Amino acid sequence: MEEILFYIFAFLTLIFGALVVANPFSRNPVTSAMFLVLTIISMAGLFVLLHAFFLAAVQVLVYAGAVMVLFLFVIMLLDLKEEERRKVKKLSLVAGLISIGAIVGIFVKSLLATQPVKDLPAPMHDGATIPLGKLLFTNYLLPFEIVSLLLLVAMVGVILLSKKDLK
Amino acid sequence: MNVGLEHYLVVSALLFALGLLGVITRRNLLVVYMSLELMLNSANLALVSFSRFNDNLNGQVMVFFIITVAAAEVAVGLALIVALYRKRQSAHVEDLTSMKL
Amino acid sequence: MKLEALPWLVLFLPLLAAGIITLFTLRNKTVSATLSIGAIVTGFVLTLAVIKFGGWEARELSVNWLSIGGLNVDFGLKLDALSLMMLLIVTGVGSAIHIYSYGYMREDPGFSRFFACMSLFTFSMLGIVLSNNFLQMFIFWELVGVSSYLLIGFWFEKPSAADAAKKAFITNRLGDFGFMLGILTIFAIVGSLNFGTIQELLKVNPALFGASATLAGLLIFCGAMGKSAQFPLHVWLPDAMEGPTPVSALIHAATMVAAGVYMLCRAFFIFSPDALTAIAWIGGFTALLAALIAVQQNDIKRILAYSTLSQLGYMVMAVGLTGPTPAMFHLTTHAFFKALLFLGAGSVIHAMHHEQDIWKMGALRKKMPVTFWTFLVGTLALCGVPPFSGFYSKDAILAQALHAHNYPLFAVAVFVAVLTTFYMFRLFFVALVGEPRTKEAEHAHESPGVMIWPLRILALLSVIAGVMGINKIFDLYSSRVLPPFTYEIPVGEFSGAVKYVGRLLEPFQHAPVAAFGGLIAVVIGFLAAKVLYGKAKTDPLPAKLGALSRAMANRFYFDEIYEATVIRIHDTIAAISDWIDRWIVEGFCIGLVRGGTDLTGRALRLVQTGNLQTYAFLFVLGVAVVLWFVLGK
Repeated sequence: MEEILFYIFAFLTLIFGALVVANPFSRNPVTSAMFLVLTIISMAGLFVLLHAFFLAAVQVLVYAGAVMVLFLFVIMLLDLKEEERRKVKKLSLVAGLISIGAIVGIFVKSLLATQPVKDLPAPMHDGATIPLGKLLFTNYLLPFEIVSLLLLVAMVGVILLSKKDLK
Repeated sequence: MNVGLEHYLVVSALLFALGLLGVITRRNLLVVYMSLELMLNSANLALVSFSRFNDNLNGQVMVFFIITVAAAEVAVGLALIVALYRKRQSAHVEDLTSMKL
Repeated sequence: MKLEALPWLVLFLPLLAAGIITLFTLRNKTVSATLSIGAIVTGFVLTLAVIKFGGWEARELSVNWLSIGGLNVDFGLKLDALSLMMLLIVTGVGSAIHIYSYGYMREDPGFSRFFACMSLFTFSMLGIVLSNNFLQMFIFWELVGVSSYLLIGFWFEKPSAADAAKKAFITNRLGDFGFMLGILTIFAIVGSLNFGTIQELLKVNPALFGASATLAGLLIFCGAMGKSAQFPLHVWLPDAMEGPTPVSALIHAATMVAAGVYMLCRAFFIFSPDALTAIAWIGGFTALLAALIAVQQNDIKRILAYSTLSQLGYMVMAVGLTGPTPAMFHLTTHAFFKALLFLGAGSVIHAMHHEQDIWKMGALRKKMPVTFWTFLVGTLALCGVPPFSGFYSKDAILAQALHAHNYPLFAVAVFVAVLTTFYMFRLFFVALVGEPRTKEAEHAHESPGVMIWPLRILALLSVIAGVMGINKIFDLYSSRVLPPFTYEIPVGEFSGAVKYVGRLLEPFQHAPVAAFGGLIAVVIGFLAAKVLYGKAKTDPLPAKLGALSRAMANRFYFDEIYEATVIRIHDTIAAISDWIDRWIVEGFCIGLVRGGTDLTGRALRLVQTGNLQTYAFLFVLGVAVVLWFVLGK
């Protein structure tokens, strides 16, 4: 059952991801954004399969909810017309393929070099929210606070940036 | 056939590659930005699977932080894009080459 | 205060004065002059004290200064008969000149600067005199060069003065280069630069220098050749007359040019017989050459300048004839009467409103009695009329020539003595007696007391210096540097009141040939001058001598010869160097590097497309490479 679910979610994630990057039917950024939402949601499915329930929830809430709304908001704000179909330059396509080849090649090579993990250990932290919360507020308290500060700073920065006259 | 760590990692790598392709080929700044998010997510996936298969929650904590930082980053980045657009009337990568010497 | 501190004070007081004047009192003439004069007069008094309490024995005061590897250099003072006597001369004559300058330079806007330079100059000269090693001497040697540059070019707004200063400096540098090579040679062979150490080592092993003895000696002599203006580096000295007259007096009498002779005597033990012979001949030749040129000069200061050259030739010749005593003796008396003559000439020039042509003067006896009489004393002393001091020192040199059995040089010396008397009385008859030739000469008046008194004192010294026994003091030094078998113990001293009378007559008893030779030379020279110039309105010599006279008047075309050879060659080399620098070094080498950098830069600039995705692509490639290495190949 799990295996089937994995393949379904993995397949969906990759398909939606590909549609974000290269949609043969539409070049509209709104379409890309919508597919990104779908990608993130199917990835949340993968998280669930990995017993990371909390993160799956956060993924949906923060990414699919907040971040993507922000994206859509900006797209609307800028009022980007459907991008005229500028041709994707051959050169940049070649460059992209080369870089993908390089990176994926190295990944695959190092993957092949490792011993495959045969036995999946029993999921130890079922419903990992409580231990995760404990970890966050004990061992990772300082980074946690710093990150909260970072959010504050980002907020101030954004407000400053979106003022009409940047001095 | 059991689903192992490798499977997740392969998905993660492919997703990363897709994001990379988008970053390098797409011309619209917003789409580039979305591709960047894809790459971040692929890293998240890898981390969560490592966390699962190593019986260790630290990976998940890491992902939690990444999501938070990504949220902040998206906010700032989008604000920058908006400011840029106001100045240049374009969100197109090729039009933003003022760093050219 | 301890006695050891006194020589240091003597040395550093003028430097202190120069520093204070330059830093603080440039605006205040009186204070500046007082400081400078005070420093040198105090130096004179302290020197007297050192001699009074310390005697003439050789001693050294030194502090370790440099210690680099095998090189140990002390900053030290060497006190012995030679340096103490020289110290007396420098500070004594220097004091007279400093005081005189106070009157002479009174109107000059650069008054304070002048005294600062004078003090610096004095400091440098005292440094040379007191040095106990070659390196220290060389440093002060160069300092003298620098300060002479400042003084000769004192009126730098005059192009001729600036040129003369440059000429003096560069010509000196030529000699100094040889001097430096000589010092290095000595250091390479001996491993020490201290005079005393070298002398001790040479005493133990006379063949220490081996085959390079003559070379080392001649290189050292190069330094003296520059400073003491010996042929062929003599050309700077006459031009140095462009400086103020007190400077000429200082440079010519007691200091700069004396430094060369002093150094030769100080380093006397180094010279091999061959080197000494060469030195003697160069000295003799310079003496002759300069005397001939002096005969046909019309500028009062130039005549005196060539006379100095000639007398320096005498001194160098005396050193070359293994006679440091006669050389230093003549240097001393010469310091007195040449300072006197220069200051007298300065007094005349001052009175004539800076007119230097002797044919525009005349009949100054009534108007400037003190100047006239003191000038006459100086002339008589220079010519070598007994009992004036010049007679005794010149006689000592002549006797030394005979003693060394060098008869050609004896003949040269006697002939130069004839010429000396001739040109000096030519100057005397034309400039000071006869009738006034211009309005300035008619309205000349005596100089102020501050200028007159130094003249009187120097005149007194010029008269009595010959019989004061100065040569006996130098003998104390000579007896230590000369090998015993070549050194002749001087004739026995008289005692009591007869002592001075005995000294008066000593030359006739000691070396009658030399004494009478000198006397006859004086008589011939005087008669010739009297006949030719006694009543002359213009110079009769050019008509009689023709081309020779023109050559003399034009200083045997030395400047022109140098212009055509040395300077031409130098200019050619400079032009070639310029070409090489311009086209090969700058054009090719630098151009290649510059062009290469430029091209590379232009090429690399293309990488900076400003396109975000190009950067991203390159970045990914970089990451891939890094991962390739990190994750294993």
